[in-house]
Amino acid sequence: MNTDSRSLPRWIDIGLIPVINIALALIVSGLIITVIGEDPLVAVTVMVKGALGYQEGIGYTLYYATNFIFTGLAVAVAFHAGLFNIGGEGQAYMGGLGVGLVMLGFDAALPIALLLPLGLLASAIFGAAWAAVPAYLQAYRGSHIVITTIMFNFIAAALMVYLMVNVLIQPGQMSPQSREFSMSGHLPFMHEALAWIGIPFARSPLNVSIVWALLCCLGLGAYIWRTRWGYELRAVGHNERAAVYAGVNPRRVIVVTMCISGGLAGFVGLNEVMGVHHRLLLDFTAGYGFTGIAVSLMGRNHPIGVVLASLLFGVLYQGGAELAFEVPAITREMVVTIQGLVILFSGALAYMTAPWVERVYHAVKPRRAPAASEA
Amino acid sequence: MSTGDDRLTNDRAAVPSSPPPAIELHGISKSFGPVQANQNVSMTIAAGDIHGIVGENGAGKSTLMSILYGFYEADQGEIRVAGQSVNIASPDKAIAAGIGMVHQHFMLVDTFTVLENVMMGAESGVLLSGSITAARSELKRLEAEYDLYVDPKAVIEDLPVGELQRVEILKALYRGAKVLILDEPTGVLTPQETEQLFRILKALKAQGGTVILITHKLREIMAITDTVTVMRHGKVVASKTTAETSEAELAELMVGRKIRAELQRTEVAAGAVALRVGHLTVRDAYQVPRVDDVSFEIRAHEIVGVAGVSGNGQSELLEALSGILPVDDGLFEIGGRRITPNAPCDPAQLRALHLAHVPEDRQRLGMVGEFSARESAILGYHNDPLYQAGFMFNQVAIKAKCADLMTQFDVRPPLPEALSANLSGGNQQKLILARELNRAPDVLLVGQPTRGVDIGAIEFIHRQLIELRDRGCAILLVSVELEEIMALSDRILVMFEGRIVAELPAADADERSLGLLMANAAPVETAH
Amino acid sequence: MEDAFVFAVLTANATVRVATPLILCAMAGLFSERSGIIDIGLEGKMLGAAFIAASVAAVTGSVWLALAAGVALAVCLALLHGFACITHNGNHVVSGVAINILVSGLTVVLGIAWFQRGGQTPGVGPEARFMPLELPLASALADVPLLGTLYSGFLSGHNLLVYTAFFAVFATWWVIYRTRFGLRLRAVGENPHAVDTAGISVAWLRYRAVMICGLLTGIAGTYLAIAQNAGFVRDMSAGQGYIALAAMIFGKWRPVPALGACLMFGLLDAVAIRLQGVVVPGLGEVPVQLIQALPYILTVVLLAGFIGKAVAPKAIGVPYVKEA
Repeated sequence: MNTDSRSLPRWIDIGLIPVINIALALIVSGLIITVIGEDPLVAVTVMVKGALGYQEGIGYTLYYATNFIFTGLAVAVAFHAGLFNIGGEGQAYMGGLGVGLVMLGFDAALPIALLLPLGLLASAIFGAAWAAVPAYLQAYRGSHIVITTIMFNFIAAALMVYLMVNVLIQPGQMSPQSREFSMSGHLPFMHEALAWIGIPFARSPLNVSIVWALLCCLGLGAYIWRTRWGYELRAVGHNERAAVYAGVNPRRVIVVTMCISGGLAGFVGLNEVMGVHHRLLLDFTAGYGFTGIAVSLMGRNHPIGVVLASLLFGVLYQGGAELAFEVPAITREMVVTIQGLVILFSGALAYMTAPWVERVYHAVKPRRAPAASEA
Repeated sequence: MSTGDDRLTNDRAAVPSSPPPAIELHGISKSFGPVQANQNVSMTIAAGDIHGIVGENGAGKSTLMSILYGFYEADQGEIRVAGQSVNIASPDKAIAAGIGMVHQHFMLVDTFTVLENVMMGAESGVLLSGSITAARSELKRLEAEYDLYVDPKAVIEDLPVGELQRVEILKALYRGAKVLILDEPTGVLTPQETEQLFRILKALKAQGGTVILITHKLREIMAITDTVTVMRHGKVVASKTTAETSEAELAELMVGRKIRAELQRTEVAAGAVALRVGHLTVRDAYQVPRVDDVSFEIRAHEIVGVAGVSGNGQSELLEALSGILPVDDGLFEIGGRRITPNAPCDPAQLRALHLAHVPEDRQRLGMVGEFSARESAILGYHNDPLYQAGFMFNQVAIKAKCADLMTQFDVRPPLPEALSANLSGGNQQKLILARELNRAPDVLLVGQPTRGVDIGAIEFIHRQLIELRDRGCAILLVSVELEEIMALSDRILVMFEGRIVAELPAADADERSLGLLMANAAPVETAH
Repeated sequence: MEDAFVFAVLTANATVRVATPLILCAMAGLFSERSGIIDIGLEGKMLGAAFIAASVAAVTGSVWLALAAGVALAVCLALLHGFACITHNGNHVVSGVAINILVSGLTVVLGIAWFQRGGQTPGVGPEARFMPLELPLASALADVPLLGTLYSGFLSGHNLLVYTAFFAVFATWWVIYRTRFGLRLRAVGENPHAVDTAGISVAWLRYRAVMICGLLTGIAGTYLAIAQNAGFVRDMSAGQGYIALAAMIFGKWRPVPALGACLMFGLLDAVAIRLQGVVVPGLGEVPVQLIQALPYILTVVLLAGFIGKAVAPKAIGVPYVKEA
């Protein structure tokens, strides 16, 4: 992340090197599959078929991708301000709590038309609030945000267990789950929404929150690169002293950015609680917050990259489930492994290959006049 | 080469038993990417000499010494220590060869004691207890030998700068250095501390040690060195015996034939007070005043230059007046607004009061390297309604503005989409100046406007500043280049240790008198 | 009175059992972070070591081979972290997160592939575990009131790795503060430039630090798998690596205070189970989850500067790049 490769043309820097990194991650994954005695090519075929080969699979893939877009954007926006939000998991959890509370409170009284915006707002506010405390502590008291957001993940988990076990559990139930929301508290599934306009689609957990996820991409892209607030955010991330010179208050930017980040992560709760489970329950975040880190790194912290990386991870998750079913020797955790490798190669070792690529590039490229940068 | 070498050869001829030179460098070359930092550099430093290396910023002095100390490896060339060819691939090799270095930025561990710093890397065994005993007695010996005392139990972060430097020297001596390199050692020292340093260096010489002193201060060269090498643009331009040269000659060698057209200045009567500073005090994190009870005024149509050795509070003055640092005491007034500790004003609000600021450190303060030139061209003005279209930026307007600024100030390449960091230093500076001057500010703060800028651009920048003044702007100019201060200013303030120690009309100033004032060596004259 | 004493001894024993992996990981983190390398990956290294140790123990039946394998894997992971952070100037946090996620996936993948037990390893018998050691005369002294009970009931009867953990604290303290390596280690975390100009290799120093970190996390993982438990269960580290990180910060990057924090967090955990359902007068029932979350909450409060000030080594997380 620190070594720059300015001597390389842009297409190599933002196109080729990331692709090489992902390829390395996938090659190592293939080696692991070989080690456990399976054929990686068969695995890939099963995965792709399972993820994209039929409508239900596609539905699942996109449903997973929805979560990854939210958490990926959450990590990305924080990165642009020079912050590492490792607390997406807890923020997503809290976002779900927010949605759940609103639904449990108002699902009998209000129609979906009101519950939808309320749920949206609640997930954003709860997620943002959970990110705001570490943000405030970083900005005003210098507490390392990586550590505090990790701690907040655990605190969120403990809080949820307490609430689910002691407060929100459906009376007479053994498992810690709330009652199911009434129909007005359900987000329409995509197959339902498509049926209204006459397109048949197989049943899947995919719901309308994917539309919101894509809108968030557009909105965040515009915010970061096309508004003065995004300008200030990037200024703080790249060069805090210059930002101060420009009259920007970095502390405010840190808090605002983390609130946006937490709010985005909170939308996972919208997808899961209001879109799929229709009740509050434990562990619905299932590590999506951490996947967001991989997604953001792989997508180079850019909304389009995040969408592409989310789709890839959607394929991995859905295909991985299918794979575990078809090839019992390979489990879903293979996907977690791949995720770890992607973070390793696209993140921590992002520029490992740069010197080699550079050497090859300079050996191959036609002799031309030196770049304009030396003017 | 020249005189220096000849003298040594003569010495050798006259006294056959004389030792070989302490250090010989032959044909050292080093480049960083496209930048050739050292080009075929050769020099000979006799044992027991204090040898000065002078040159402007960027002349390649520090790189050369870093090579000698094994911090960088030379691309080409040979190093001989006491007649033996050595390969110095890392600092431990340099230390083994008897070379010690005192870096410009001290290489000390703040949380450690003096003793721990001194012995680190030169411990006598695996356990510390033995090393501590050994280091303690060795420090006593060095203290006696060189009159060089620092409390071994003191913790580094509690010590003043002058003592830190002594710790660095002790570190080198503790490692048995016979050749001591000092990189710009006096930049941060008071005159008293400088004097003390020179006493130490003389003691070293008396004990048979060799000293290499890197500096750009000619007075120091004349005061203490035996021989001197002048570097320019990565090359050695001359080697002299100090006694046979003069400050004037060295200065000319240092800068080369830098002929500068006289600036056309029209005399304009100063106007109303645009910036008034009263008893301004700014403290650092340790509550040490960096700007200490400073008062002055600047009027419209006036350039006031602040002269001083860098690190005497000029940077803090600029940052306080531009709203980056808070005012701890006193006040300043601009555009009818009074800024005090209780009524602070941030940089954005000050810009709204028609203050513009060209910062000293353009890369770290004046622009964001990762931004496109278009984005850096609106830094600080990005909230201007001119650049907004609803919630979004008006990209067309921003791009047009950037293109306009680039044309006006001849920024090359004139591409608004170019990465700011990829512009050369001079073009970065022109872009920042264009941005800050564009608003026709009432007050302009400008620090080191031509640092690292090529000669053509320097003249251009100077003309722009004069023109702005002629149009009625009040300009506060901070520069370490006395020539620049004298060429541009109507009035000159001299800063020393955070205070303004003299104020004089530019017409009365010459380099010598300013130099004395900057070193606070002359009685403070108040000229008016 | 006697009952209270027995209760105290039982609680103390439980505390020590819970605290042992925390102590080992906290010391591990201390070596790494004192050298300037942030280590979020304690959790992953410990989990990986637990898996390998359990696997080797199950297959070979040898505790020592299991321990060696656990340590070897953790050291390899530590070297990977070093390769990313030291050699390639990668982001320390990203690298640590990558290792944690990689290990949490890989242990299950390999576990299922090797043992077909849903990610668990086969149970390990006593012969392939670190079993409680009886200190000399423990049973003879058991009946002596107080001191005897203390000796036989608390000091005696732990397994070797528990004693190792406490010894590790002393060893860490000694190495950090009393040896040449420790001096340089502390220096490189504060100002690597000073170390470099003193003629010491920054990279090699840091590599050694992360290797020691790997060694200690390897022991911790082995403890989890074949001392505290009798086999590997998926995600069995359950966040203890993060608690250890918190304890190390709580101890302000110093060995003895970090030990104190580990014991405190261990005590909270031991007490949490006993307090389940207990009604505290005036407060009502104390939620177990609150006690379980206390280590995290306390760490945040500490980091916020409300209890003293936790100052990290100055150069932590900053890649070392030579500058002119």
